[in-house]
Parts: sequence; structure tokens; C-alpha cells
Amino acid sequence: MIRFVLTFALLLASTIARAEIEVQEVTSPGGIDAWLVEEHSIPFVALELRFRGGASLDAPGKRGAVNLMTALLEEGAADMDARAFTRQTEEIAARFNYDASDDTVSVSAQFLTEKRDAAVALLRDSLISPRFDEDAVERVRAQVISNIRSNAKDPDTIAGMTFDRLAFGDHPYGSSRNGTEDSVSALTREDLQEAHGAALARDRIYVSAVGDITSEELGELLDALLGDLPEHGAPMPDKADYQLEGGVTVVDFDTPQSVAVFGHQGIARDDPDFFAAYVLNHILGGRGFESRLMQEVREKRGLTYGVYSYLVPKDLEALYQGSVASANDRIAQAISVIREEWARMAEEGVTEQELEAAKTYLTGAYPLRFDGNGRIADILVGMQMDNLSTDYIVTRNDKVRAVTVEDVKRVAERILRPKDLHFVVVGKPEGLE
Amino acid sequence: MRRYLAGAISALFAALPLHADEAVTDFTLDNGMQVVVVEDHRAPVVVHMVWYRAGAADERPGRSGVAHFLEHLLFKGTETMDPGEFSEVVAANGGRDNAFTSYDYTGYFQRVAADRLELMMRMESDRMVNLSLDQADILTERDVIIEERNQRVENNPGALFREQRNAAQFLNHPYGVPIIGWRHEMEKLSLEDALAYYGEFYAPNNAILVVAGDVQPDAVRTLAEEYYGKIPANPDLSERARPQEPPQTSERRMIFRDARVAQPYVSRSYLAPERDSGAQEAAAALTILAELLGGGTTSVLAEKLQFEERQAVYTSAWYSGQSLDDTTFNLVVVPSEGVTLRDAEDAMDAALEEFVKSGVDAEHLDRIKTQIRASQIYSRDSVESLANRYGGALAQGLTVEDVKEWPDVLDAVTAEDVIAAARMVFDRRKSVTGWLMSEEEMTQ
Repeated sequence: MIRFVLTFALLLASTIARAEIEVQEVTSPGGIDAWLVEEHSIPFVALELRFRGGASLDAPGKRGAVNLMTALLEEGAADMDARAFTRQTEEIAARFNYDASDDTVSVSAQFLTEKRDAAVALLRDSLISPRFDEDAVERVRAQVISNIRSNAKDPDTIAGMTFDRLAFGDHPYGSSRNGTEDSVSALTREDLQEAHGAALARDRIYVSAVGDITSEELGELLDALLGDLPEHGAPMPDKADYQLEGGVTVVDFDTPQSVAVFGHQGIARDDPDFFAAYVLNHILGGRGFESRLMQEVREKRGLTYGVYSYLVPKDLEALYQGSVASANDRIAQAISVIREEWARMAEEGVTEQELEAAKTYLTGAYPLRFDGNGRIADILVGMQMDNLSTDYIVTRNDKVRAVTVEDVKRVAERILRPKDLHFVVVGKPEGLE
Repeated sequence: MRRYLAGAISALFAALPLHADEAVTDFTLDNGMQVVVVEDHRAPVVVHMVWYRAGAADERPGRSGVAHFLEHLLFKGTETMDPGEFSEVVAANGGRDNAFTSYDYTGYFQRVAADRLELMMRMESDRMVNLSLDQADILTERDVIIEERNQRVENNPGALFREQRNAAQFLNHPYGVPIIGWRHEMEKLSLEDALAYYGEFYAPNNAILVVAGDVQPDAVRTLAEEYYGKIPANPDLSERARPQEPPQTSERRMIFRDARVAQPYVSRSYLAPERDSGAQEAAAALTILAELLGGGTTSVLAEKLQFEERQAVYTSAWYSGQSLDDTTFNLVVVPSEGVTLRDAEDAMDAALEEFVKSGVDAEHLDRIKTQIRASQIYSRDSVESLANRYGGALAQGLTVEDVKEWPDVLDAVTAEDVIAAARMVFDRRKSVTGWLMSEEEMTQ
């Protein structure tokens, strides 16, 4: 038994690293807000843009439009066709990435200081003047349909999509943002232009930049890049209505290992109890070998390679979900252990010791996230979307430290509902009704 | 945030630094353990890694999966630490830890605040030699790795297909055996198997320490001598020599059917040389060749098969020269709706043939080189990936100098070199062509 290690750890706990970054709030001459961290030691900039709304802005009957539109932003813009756009991007070694998720359209860019103007001009064209050329639309549409078909035979995706459908029905959260083969096949160029106008507008944009750029330069960049976007997009989508009750849904699929996604309603990001819930989840099934689920399902019984739970506070509804995968003849046991742990936590909460270990981990791990321009830019834009202020970086750990055993117990009773827990199991599970 | 080295970048691309710009120091301890320090003082964070020059390809025949099994078991405690305590202590210090197993190496890492480095060294050096296991650990953890195999391989027809393809590609070399192991052999792995592998390979003279982040090389040296330097070298460590490939003289073709396949595709792999220390030129030419053929929408295969003939929804080519022994050059074509695998394969071969005949587009080659130079700047943003680059290279027979020279070697590749590399590598006698398809599809 090695006791010196723990002593050593406690001694050091007081000197834990702090994130030493200085965030500037910048407003461009044209009125666009952004957060900036200047970091001039490497001659490039990481820029993150987020447009709130995302794939949930798909118009009725047009499921998949925002996703396909987003995929086409880099497939031809202004006077460049798809290949010309890519060649020009390659010539200046800029890196652009476009992605649609349920609540956002994300654009990530990295470019070298010496090619900044050329990079911004290209990125601007892709956001403001995408062409949606017929041949590009057909080519990318075929790729999306290929993905839809592959997803339809992938047990993890089937499990997630089935849970969403049962939970949210006809709301966009109830189906894949890719759309269906039918809906994607029917999308026209006009649909894509409409999706573009709906999703990419100045009234829903969040921006962060980290790297070799001053606040003045960033102000000019923002106006050049985003000044010509329309002021308003489509109204934000309605809240999603959670419809699922407790139980088990089995999706029969011939594969050796059953995959389960489980959950019930969760807790909103701006709820005053969110921090207590976050700490609670870390102890129940957060990342790491120390969580109760990992200890009980994997370490003690060897029933799985990984079991996790996670808070999913989306814009239009919050979920508390988890996942596990076990051989068909062992999944029933894994599920019963998870149910027991869920109920035990709801009843008993956590011990003082568990809480302390979780706090030490969470407060120590936080500053380690800030270790690169791209990663810092990503965190900063996420903070803005969560309506946090720049001083959150300094105060966040205090909020974690302030959580008490009583807080966790109260929140556990409030948000953990063992009876509402629904499992979607994909495979050939044995011993499940 | 503190400043780091100021990049001396002029306004012209021609002046972009070719040489890796990262601050790297390396030295060797008296017991033979190699140490690499990568400095990045932007954040008070450190990555601590130990890489063993032993992976799945070093297993004894019939014991497939034991390297990876042992990797799991290294978290099960030592003479002075309880099972699970290692990760608990890392977590209690706000850190993250994990491990990985490849054909050529097994690695363990922790990412922690820079002032926790000593604690990490104390624990990692302890489990290098003091592992303590009992029968119960073995049985539960064996179930875990079998579930890991279920998750990564058995539930994924593409992974099952790749496993069969590798087995067909390597006639004699253990690269043909899956890293995670064949299921029937995993089920029989024993405590003795794991301990035999541990005793043979886990020693300072078979390990590389990589420390990257907010650290000074001198301080790392002092700590490394204190914790790793005291462990005696294993005098019985033998030369690293695996069974090598005989001449490959017969093209292999395979069809893999699985009801779970939604999107059929064609894959082709060719046996290819790897990067050798001091002689990386052939591998550099192959690296550029893969970029030209399959590196995105402006590549040769995309141009031909996706844009012009529209026979494919996706194409790719890739090659990683970082390998201890012979590796592979890979191509994949995912056909468009209504295009057979036969037609997709023929279209791919026609495109390759035309490329070799007509030569390299000079502008395309320039663009690729520009991006390689730029990646030297971008890669400095992630000290963890730099640490991985050096650790992997050193575990796979390369030196720190080889890694530093690699961008120069890539930049020196000419159009002629690329075509010569293509002629050399595209030898169908050394290839495996695979069709992945659903149960119903016809094979015409």
C-alpha cells in the first residue's frame, strides 16, 4: 500500500495550475462581437464561428437541408467551382472545416499570419456566396445518402436514432440531421439557398479567435468576413417535447454485441443546480475508470469495455443519457447493474470522499483544457453560446468547489429518475423482455 | 500566457522554415533508457509518456493479444499500489491517463499540471518492474478485452474485413495478426503469458521517455535519473527481429460478405517499404504519392472517379511510412449507386495507369509541399501530437534526427521520384484486392 502518494497529492492540491489566458472582448467597427486571446508565438490564427439554430432549423419536409447546405459551403463559391475553391485553399495552406449539429452550424478556420487576407477572402466567399452548383449538389447528396445507408446498419447509430425518435417524435431532435434517403433526394437548389438564409445570419453568430492577431486586426477581419451576411435568419425552432417513458425497447439486429443507449430528461445548462449535477454525473458515469458505473460494470464484472453517462443540455431540451455495449448474453446483466447504480445514487447521493475526489479532478483538469490555440478558441465560443462571461474561466473552479454533499443529494433526487430510465438495445439481447 | 520561440517567418513561402521548429532535446540515461523533451511553455501542462519497444508484432506465436492484454493489466497494481490506484491518483491530481498498443510499441501517458511530473515518474517507473497480478485480475480483465474486441471488431464488418485483408497481405510477418488478438487465442491468454511478455520487454533499455510541455530539459534529466535511472537494464534483452516477408509473387483477391454492410467498397493494399533511419527518401516519395492520388477533392482519384466519371462517391489513398518493418500503401474506392465493384476497381486501375504514364502535375505537387511546410507551423500548436510523433518514431527504429529531417526529405521529392515510387509500389503480385459487400450483392 503506497500512502506517500496520497500525501504528496494533497500537498500539491493547493498549487494546482490555473488557466493563464487573457480574454479580450472585441467589437468590430461594424458591430460584430468576438472574444480574442492574443498569442503571437506561433504565426497562425484559429478562428471559431458558431451559428445558433443549426440543423433544427430544417423546414418541415426538408429534413437534411441544413446539413447538406453546410457540406456544400466548401464546394464552390463566388467565381470558383468546387475544385478551384479547394485548390486556392491549398495554395495558401489554410484549413477550413464546416459542420452542422442539432443546435449549431460550426465553422473552424486556421490560417497563417502571412496569408490572412487571402484566407479571410476565401472563407468569406464560402459563407456569403456559396454556389450550390448542380454537379456539386449531386455529388455531395450521393455522399450523404451513402452515409444514411451506412448509419442504418450501424448498431451505435441505430440505438441513438431510435432513442431520439421515441423521445422527440416529429420534432427535428427526433430524427437524424442527415435526413432520410427520401427527404435528401427531394431537396432542391432553392431548398439549400433557403437553408443558407435561415441558418447563417448575424443575429445568431458567436465568434472567437486565438493566435497571432491584434484586436484591431480582428475587428477589421470580422467586418470583411461577416459584414455582408444578412442581419436576420429564420426564427429559432420550438422547444422539443420529451415523450418517452421508462422501459426497454429492443431493436432486433444480427450482431454479436448488443449496444444500449439509455436515459431520461436532464437538466438545463443555465439551471442553478447544473454544477451539482455535473459533479454528480462525474461520480456516476463521467469519463475515467473511477466512476461508479465503470467500477461496477467493467472493473468488477468485466461486462463491458466502456460504460458512460452524460448530461446533454441541448438548446431545445435537456437529456441525461448513457451508453454501454456488452455481448448479447451479458447485456441484460449490464443493464440491471446500471439500473441499480442509478437507483442507489438517487437514494443515497455521494460520500464526502467521492465528492472530494471528483472536485480535485474537475478543478485540476479544467486548466489543462487550455493547451492550444484551436482548443482555446473552441472553448471560448462555447462559453459565449452558454451565455457565460469571460471571468467564468477564473470563477468556474470555485463553483465546482462550492458543491456540497447535500447539494448532490438534493440534485440526485431531483434529476435521477430510475423509473423513467429507458433503454434502447440494438442486437440480439438474451434475457430482456 | 508566456511567450515561446518567435517564429522567424518571412513574407514569402519560399522562406518558410523546412526544419522542424519545435524545441526538442534528447539524451540517454546510463541504463540505456532514451529521453526526449519537447518544450512548450504556453500553458503549465505536461505530457509524460513511456513507450516500450514492444508491441503486438513482438508476441510469441499463438499468444496474439497479449501485448494489449498486458497494457490493460498495468493498471492493476504493483507491489506497493492497489489495483486501480494509478488512475485514481492521476485523477485526484486533475490529470488524465491512458495507454495504447500498436504493432511496434506499447505506450502509457498522463497529462497533468506541470508540477505533478515527479509523481507521474514515480508511479510509471514503479510499474515498469514491480507489477503484481493475481488470477482474479486476469479473468475479469480478459472479459473486458473480449468486449473491447466485440466493440471494435466483431460489431463492425469493415473491421472484420480489414483483419482478413491484413492476414492475406502478410504471408509471414506478424503484422498479419490483429493487434487486439484473434478471439480464440485471446480466450486462452493466461497470467503466465502476460508475465512472460512483461519480463521480456519491460525494461529501461527497451523504453523511451517523452516529456512534453512546460518543462526544462535539465529538470527532466534530474528527475528521470532519480526514478528511471535507478532501474537496472535487462541484460537479456535480445535484438528486435521479427519473421520477415518472403518474396511476394502472387496477387491475392478476397470477397468479404456480411449482412451488415450497407455501402460496399473496393480496397487495394500493396506491400511497401517503410521509413528507414538515414534513408527516408523512398518513403517520402510514397507519402507524396498518396497525397497526390488520394488527399482530398483535388487529388487524382477524386478528379477522375468522383468529378469526371462519377463512378465513385468517395476515394482515398494513404500510406504511413512509420513502421519498423515493411508496411502497406492503401487505396479505397466507394462506388456510386449502380456502379459495380468490378467497374469501380477497373476505373481505379485505369486512373493509376494514366497517372504513371502522364506524370505529376507540377502545380499540384507545389500545393502539397506548401501544405507540408505549413503543417510544421500548425503542428506546434499541439505539444501532445509532437510528443506522439517523437515517441512513435523512436520506438519504430528512427532517430530524433530522422524526425527533424523528415520535412526536408519530403520537400526534396521530385515529380520523377514520385513516378518511380509508383512504378515500384504498384506491383500486383504484392497486393491484396478486397471487395466488401452485403450478402445479397452479385459478384459479377
